[in-house]
Amino acid sequence: MPLSHLERLEAEAIHILREVAATFSRPVMLYSVGKDSSVMLHLAMKAFYPARPPFPFLHVDTTWKFKEMIAFRDRMAKELDLDLLVHVNPEGIAQNISPFVHGSSAHTHLMKTVGLRQALDKYGFDAAFGGARRDEEKSRAKERIFSFRNTAHAWDPKSQRPEMWKTYNTRVAPGESIRVFPLSNWTELDVWQYILKENIPIVPLYFAARRPVVERDGMLILVDDERMPIGAGDKIEERMVRFRTLGCYPLTGAVESDATTLEAIVSEMLTARTSERQGRMIDRDEAGSMEKKKREGYF
Amino acid sequence: MATAPTDAPPASHGEDRHDERNKSLLRFITCGSVDDGKSTLIGRLLYDAKLVLDDQVATLESDSRKHGNAGEDIDFALLVDGLEAEREQGITIDVAYRSFATERRRFIVADTPGHEEYTRNMATGASTADLAVVLVDARKGILQQTRRHSYIASLIGIRHILLAVNKIDLMGYDRAVFDRHVADYLAFARDLGFSTIQPIPLSARYGDNVTRRSGKTGWYAGPSLIEHLETVPVEDAALDRPFRLPVQYVIRPNLDFRGFAGQVASGSVAVGDTVVVAKSGQSSRVREIVTHDGPLERAVEGQAVTLVLEDQLDVSRGNMLVAPAARPSVADQFQAHVIWFDHQPLLPGRSYILRTETDSVEATVTALKYSVDITSFSHIAAKALQMNEVGVCNLSTRAPIAFDPYRENRSTGNFILIDRTTNRTAGAGMIDYALRRADNIHWQAVEVDRAARAALKGHRPAVIWLTGLSGSGKSTVANRLESLLHSLGYHTYLLDGDNIRHGLNRDLGFTDEDRVENIRRVAEVARLMADAGLIVIVSFISPFRSERQLAREMMTKGEFFEVFIDTPIEECARRDPKGLYRKAMSGEIKNFTGISSPYEPPENPELHLRTVGTDPNDLAMRIEEMLATRMNGETTRDRDV
Repeated sequence: MPLSHLERLEAEAIHILREVAATFSRPVMLYSVGKDSSVMLHLAMKAFYPARPPFPFLHVDTTWKFKEMIAFRDRMAKELDLDLLVHVNPEGIAQNISPFVHGSSAHTHLMKTVGLRQALDKYGFDAAFGGARRDEEKSRAKERIFSFRNTAHAWDPKSQRPEMWKTYNTRVAPGESIRVFPLSNWTELDVWQYILKENIPIVPLYFAARRPVVERDGMLILVDDERMPIGAGDKIEERMVRFRTLGCYPLTGAVESDATTLEAIVSEMLTARTSERQGRMIDRDEAGSMEKKKREGYF
Repeated sequence: MATAPTDAPPASHGEDRHDERNKSLLRFITCGSVDDGKSTLIGRLLYDAKLVLDDQVATLESDSRKHGNAGEDIDFALLVDGLEAEREQGITIDVAYRSFATERRRFIVADTPGHEEYTRNMATGASTADLAVVLVDARKGILQQTRRHSYIASLIGIRHILLAVNKIDLMGYDRAVFDRHVADYLAFARDLGFSTIQPIPLSARYGDNVTRRSGKTGWYAGPSLIEHLETVPVEDAALDRPFRLPVQYVIRPNLDFRGFAGQVASGSVAVGDTVVVAKSGQSSRVREIVTHDGPLERAVEGQAVTLVLEDQLDVSRGNMLVAPAARPSVADQFQAHVIWFDHQPLLPGRSYILRTETDSVEATVTALKYSVDITSFSHIAAKALQMNEVGVCNLSTRAPIAFDPYRENRSTGNFILIDRTTNRTAGAGMIDYALRRADNIHWQAVEVDRAARAALKGHRPAVIWLTGLSGSGKSTVANRLESLLHSLGYHTYLLDGDNIRHGLNRDLGFTDEDRVENIRRVAEVARLMADAGLIVIVSFISPFRSERQLAREMMTKGEFFEVFIDTPIEECARRDPKGLYRKAMSGEIKNFTGISSPYEPPENPELHLRTVGTDPNDLAMRIEEMLATRMNGETTRDRDV
């Protein structure tokens, strides 16, 4: 019997992970603690079994992640005995950067894009795995699985290397690097079905629960800590919500949902009428904003 | 992304979910000429299948008003043309991949560009596809690009064609128009070896025959586009072919475990089966098929697994574990079809990195037999292969690789060629067959070896490679150096560019191709002389880095010395010992290095000599000093490829 599409996607991802481990001198896996990172981590444990993944994991923290994400990250690192590196852009701390005060664009650029570039340079990584999928956004749909970056970490969409079959060009000159996306061909639904099938641990925020939220610009923002400014017009409400995507809590909108189990989440996905990126403020900033960020070195 | 219509009940019980997870996967491309409506078709497909979500529709509507080419209507192409340049120019530049599912099948579609200059991106999309949707504009019929794309699809091994005669609405849904285009297509596609060709009349803009059959084409009895995609048999012939596991990675967590990890390229293997190591011919049996989810009894095509063998065999990345009764070719010379992607043309004799799925080796094209005119499919004599051209050539690799003919196995029969200087993916190849001379010509083992010869000479052999512009002083320095070495009792020989061109290389001119061949021959001669125990001084302009690199790699490690004779071009032109610069500047000589042909200075030579204001005798002595130091083995630089 031929393999099912999930089995094919899994095998493709494992093949990619092994290619990188075999051909790069200093690979790293970006670990952003979200569901896609959870799937990536799971695949990394599978690809090299019974050995451990032969690369470290890197979390580029912004200091504005949900508290539960950080707790989950530390728990996974301990349980799986991961070589986990955490990097925070020191400039951001010095400037006391806040998405509430400085806006999502400035915050994301400094803490995520610049922070990532700093970390990659600091450790000299020549290949970095990311969990991005082609179904997330239109410029992602155009990106190669092995995506070449120049010495300034920039993506040049007009001169991508042809990517034939699964025969990857893994050669880079010193200072250049490759971003590698093993989940390129997965969809959000594939990710959830795979999490269900493999019983992969994920941050509890993905499950619906009663949580305190404030509605702003049509987005439900979780009151995650005391740094959240509550204005006179803001009303904190307890609502049954969950998150389809996780990032910095001031920039990530919750959705109303009753899905408290993986089965319920998959059912919800099957009838969803909006994309997960709707809950992300950074993609709304301007048209083509993802392509622009990627040219600057964003994942 | 939703897979069920909005009015269907949510799949809430186990069986439905099981079905969701066990769909088969079909990869296809859309191709055809510019403006035939490829991106519009995919956009329409996603939209009609209710796979475009509400917030994406909202964005699409606002984008359509801003950038759209469909008047007041939604421009579906904007769903897939995601790059800024594409939206500004209204064309597709790079391949876009979209995943979607229907009730029956999961799809990955690659929307490929129609412009000829982006053929490489079309090839990228085609390389992983099982089916091609070839679009034809009903108003225009079969165009040159239709033929190009069909040829490339066939070359890359796509066996199923869906001929979409689009914009049929603009031709009044006329059956005669449809029949004419279909007949034209079948007439030339007959020779391309497709197993199925399904023609469908459709309108991507209005959705006729896209997801459901249209009442406006009552004369058409075939399936809609989506019906055909859902039911065309997915090739699982790879499962029936002989077992192949290209080894990607050796997993060794401790001394007791040694597992060969890879994705099964074809066939299957079970515990207890005998497997052979392709390159060495050694065999063993499969002791265990290891996965994180527990051991398997059998592994099949497509699965990523780890095999443990019963015996300790030498197997590393790039080798292959294979079925003993049907082994792949292992050869260092073969014929292949090559598609060229790079701005720098493919030159016979130039050295490239050849990368198969897991192996990597230096390679040169030894003969370019012909290029293919992709529109008439005829053969043309060629000396080089330009960007977007397809050619048939013989290749020679520095070490044997294991492979199957591409038509028998798309995984183990493909390779890419990488430019050594820029690391760009310069071309892609599909192996036809091993050349018989590779099977029959074996290295003759000789009893008096190079060490024995060198011992009699009393010194180690060496190749001193002087490179620099014409008139830089190479010949002068080379002559002084040879006199000096000779007086010290060394056995030397000087190969000088001009002299060799009077004899061995008298058939070569000064085009880029001939310059490459010129250097390759000289490097081979230098290698033989070094093998004979001599200290060889090569004095050649040798303008290209990649050929000097090729020469370096031919020689024994530590015996090659690149010396850059660095004289500014103004000074060379002033000296002009042979009057050549004067002629070149007046246009009498074409392809003159430094004037009308490039010189690529060495980036990391063993010795960099600036000639201005120095005595040639001093320069010769500096080379001799370097040689003496290196030969004593104190600081031999180990340079890896």
